[in-house]
Formats: sequence, structure tokens, C-alpha cells
Amino acid sequence: MISAQSFGENGKMKDYHHTGPVEYRFSPYTFNGGTVLAVAGEDFAIVASDTRLSEGYSIHSRDSPKCYKLTDTTVIGCSGFHGDCLTLTKIIDARLKVLYFLVKCTWLHMYKHSNNKMMTSGAIAAMLSTILYGRRFFPYYVYNIIGGLDEHGKGAVYSFDPVGSYQRDTYKAGGSASAMLQPLLDNQIGFKNMTGVEHVPLSKDKAVQLVKDVFISAAERDVYTGDALQICLITKEGVKEEMVTLRRD
Amino acid sequence: MSLFIFVGEYISALNHIFIDCIECIKHYFNCAVHKVSQIGGAVIFCLHHQTIYCKPKKSIERLLVSKMALASVLGSDYADFSFDTDKSYAFGSGLAAEPTSIDNLSFAIKGALGSAEQDDVEKKIEFLHGTTTLAFKFDHGVIVAVDSRATAGAYIASQTVKKVIEINPYLLGTMAGGAADCSFWERLLARQCRVYELRNKERISVAAASKLLANMVYQYKGMGLSMGTMVCGWDKRGPGLYYVDSEGNRVCGDLFAVGSGSMYAYGVIDSGLRQDMSVEDACELGRRAIYQATYRDAYSGGQVNLYHVHGEGWTRVSQDDVLLLHHKYQEKL
Repeated sequence: MISAQSFGENGKMKDYHHTGPVEYRFSPYTFNGGTVLAVAGEDFAIVASDTRLSEGYSIHSRDSPKCYKLTDTTVIGCSGFHGDCLTLTKIIDARLKVLYFLVKCTWLHMYKHSNNKMMTSGAIAAMLSTILYGRRFFPYYVYNIIGGLDEHGKGAVYSFDPVGSYQRDTYKAGGSASAMLQPLLDNQIGFKNMTGVEHVPLSKDKAVQLVKDVFISAAERDVYTGDALQICLITKEGVKEEMVTLRRD
Repeated sequence: MSLFIFVGEYISALNHIFIDCIECIKHYFNCAVHKVSQIGGAVIFCLHHQTIYCKPKKSIERLLVSKMALASVLGSDYADFSFDTDKSYAFGSGLAAEPTSIDNLSFAIKGALGSAEQDDVEKKIEFLHGTTTLAFKFDHGVIVAVDSRATAGAYIASQTVKKVIEINPYLLGTMAGGAADCSFWERLLARQCRVYELRNKERISVAAASKLLANMVYQYKGMGLSMGTMVCGWDKRGPGLYYVDSEGNRVCGDLFAVGSGSMYAYGVIDSGLRQDMSVEDACELGRRAIYQATYRDAYSGGQVNLYHVHGEGWTRVSQDDVLLLHHKYQEKL
């Protein structure tokens, strides 16, 4: 049992000659910051993220967006550990390609050009859940939010935890400033804790303006959020991207 | 495996470099396992000290577990899955079950197992099952009531989580503990139940479904799954209610409450439950119990979701926000 005490203990170094070889703690994870937000409207969805990539006290990049387009109707936002974000998006892309290929091979004789060839957002969300749970004992350190249109054309947001638990929401904030943004969204979009207010459904322009305001607030108070904001607006016409500058300090 | 037993015996004679050798063995084993995927687990018998180091390095476990998890759980039933299980994962039970060549030491090894696990860094981050779920049987079926709060530490991640998982039209599973664990394994259970139906042309019984779930998670016992679920349904024998958790418990009963708010819920249910209640009274009792638990437990809240399981299957009775229930009960006072 003596050997067991020489490592652990926050990776602090122990005297070599007393206890034998010492193990330095290596952590496979690091936190790269970033905030992601998604809002679902009646016939649109918005996925937005900041573009700062940081580590500890340093900024690695001011132009590292966290939204990735999966299909014409689905965008995923990933924040957390950047290495796992990259790998995860590659894996999702590959799985989608495989699926399209299989669909093409088997159903080619059934239809030529069909609008519903694409995987729906709900199906992509379910697939991501199993991809994440496959690494239950060495998780992807990524907080995912999928935004897109469901099979009826209505906006859908799916939020995940690092091991694959997910649910459909109307709005969700994830990443380093999520605890600051979520209450603001609860109030402005969910009309929570307000009495005597008419529940007006969110229009596209109001939603985009709200997202910009919310990120400006996040950049004021969270060190890991800032530099620029990337907004992806998903409608049945496709995905439209917009960049807005934020505080760079 | 036997190689290491002999090596251990040899080096026990050399006391002063004993500890270093154990580390060397672990290190070399670690390197070996990266090359040879057939090796399962790491069991080092120390005959001198009569202790056993049975927790492998993280990398070994990760390699095997992720392989096993991916292989078995995500689709294909590998032929060697069950074979690997006995060798790799049943550290504690395997030692007792397998006849070792050192029979006279088997009890000693078992005894020291507890102390060997103390230095286990991976062992048991105590998950707070921040939730309240309950289910009880009565004459007209089973009532299932749950709250809807999901917490990540002290942060409330969501107030609208569905903690009742609809396995099939006559079976329900509740969720307490790790959300991903519960939803994943119960979804897998739904698949197994469907396969059973197709094979046997007959609905699966609640006892069999709960047994399937219990056996599935038992293979991962000790690895950090956190799941406390109740399988509720109606089969040939009438209403069925089983409690299954990731420790391997599977218990049949008439009344269960699971989670951090379970004690508050038990109080309310125990004082009001009668077997001959009407369906509305039973629903109100379940609703009240969850409400009282959310009132006193910080980790429970959101909405109260209520289901009723009867002969024709389950029905979603109601979804009430706890704040509105609070006003309702206040007015009644």
C-alpha cells in the first residue's frame, strides 16, 4: 500500500528517496472556453457562438468559431475542450456521409430527388447521444447544442451533456458563460418570473437582436467569451451566417 | 495470468525492492496491453503481503471498457463479449468464483480486497441522485410520479427533464441518478423487450424486463454508472413494480421512492396510501408527495409528471408546475 501513496494527491511531487518513483498527473483534457447559444422559433432556428479560443490565461485564437454546419437544416455548436470538439464533428460528419451513402444505395430505385433525403435534426440528435455514450468511461469533454428544423419545419433545439443525455428545448445556452445567459433567456424568451406579460412569439429579427445583446452581456462579464460572434440563422432556405464583433479584451 | 502469479511469488522474497517491482509489473503490463488486446484486467497477487492490486491502470480499463462498451452496446453482439466479461470485469466476484491455484489464500485475498480498493482513484465519486421519483401499486394499477429537475453540481441544468421513459406502451421506467446512464440503458432495454416480443410472440413480463436491465448494468458494476430506476408495468400477473439500480439491486415491491427527495415523499405516501383508493385519489396522493419533496429538497423541482399504468397500458395523467401546485395547496389551507 505504500506505493499507492506516492501518486495521487493533486500530483504534488513527493521525495523520491522516501517513496519510490513518482507519477506526474497527466490530464487528457483542457478547457478552451467559449459559449454557445441556440434559440428555436416558429419556422427558424438560431445557433450562435463566440469565436475566442483560450487556454488558462492565454488566448490562442480570436477567430475560432464553434458552430459547425452538418446539413442544410442542422447546425451544431460545440464548446469545451477544442480537441474533442474537432474530433466529434469529424465523426458526426463521417457518420452522416455513411448514412447518405447507404440510403442512396438502397433507395435509389425508389426516388430520385427527394427533399427528405437529409437526416432530420431529431435523428441527428439521437445519433449524437449514442456517439457520446459510446465513450461513457472516457467522455468527450464537449457541451453540444444542436439547432435546426424538425420534420414539420418548426425550429428545434437539442441540448446535450458530455455523456449523451439530451432533450429538446426552445432555447439553451452552453459553455463557459452558460450560467449567466440561461437566466436571461429564461426571462426574455420563456417569460419566466414575469407576471401580466403577453407571451408574444419570437420573430426572426427580434431573436437575432436578442442573441447579439445577450452575447455582448456575456463578453462583459466572462473572460473566456469575446472577440467576435458568429450567428447561424437556419430557415427552410438554408443556413445564413453573420459575424458581429465583440469586446476583444 | 499465471505468469504474474509466479513473478509475484519470486519478488516477494526481495523485500526492499518489492514496491518498485510491483510498479514495474504494472508499468510493463500497461505497455503489454496496448499490444495484446486479449489481455483482460490486471491482477497482481502479492503472496508475501497477502494483498492484491486489482485495479488496472486507467489506460487498460479504458481500452477494454470502451471496446466492450462500443462493441456490445452499440449494436453487434460479439461472440467474445460474455467471455471477456468473466475475465475482465468481475474483479471481486471473479476471484471468489474462479478456482485459483492458491486455494488456501483465496479467503485472504478476498479479505484484503476492501483495503486494496481504498487507493482506487476512480472509485466512487458519490453521485447525488438529485431527484425525486416514486411509484406505488394499488388495486387499479400503478401510479408513477416524478419531478423534472436536472442538476449539474449546484447549477440547475434543466427544469423540464422527462424522467419517465416510455419503454413500450405497457412498460415505464423512471430515471434517477445519471441522466445519460438512465436514458441510454432504458432505451437499450426497450430494444431488448421488442426483440423478446418478436422472438416469443408474447409481451415481456415486468419481472423479465427488470431482470434484463439488472443483468445489463451488473456487468458494469464498480465502473461508475449511476442509475436508480423503477420498472413499472402491467403483465399477466397484474401490476408489476421493480426497483433496479446500478449497484445490482433488483427488488420487487409495492411502493418505492428514489432520489434525494425520497424520504419526504415516503412520509406523504405512507400516511395516505390505501389499496382500495380510487384512481383520482391515488393520482392526487402521488402528486402531493412529489410536491412536498420538491418543497423541501433543493435538488428536486420543476414540474410533477404523473402516469397511471393499468390493464390496457400506461396513460399520461398530468403535468403540473410545482409553483402552481403550491398556490393550489395554499388556498386549500
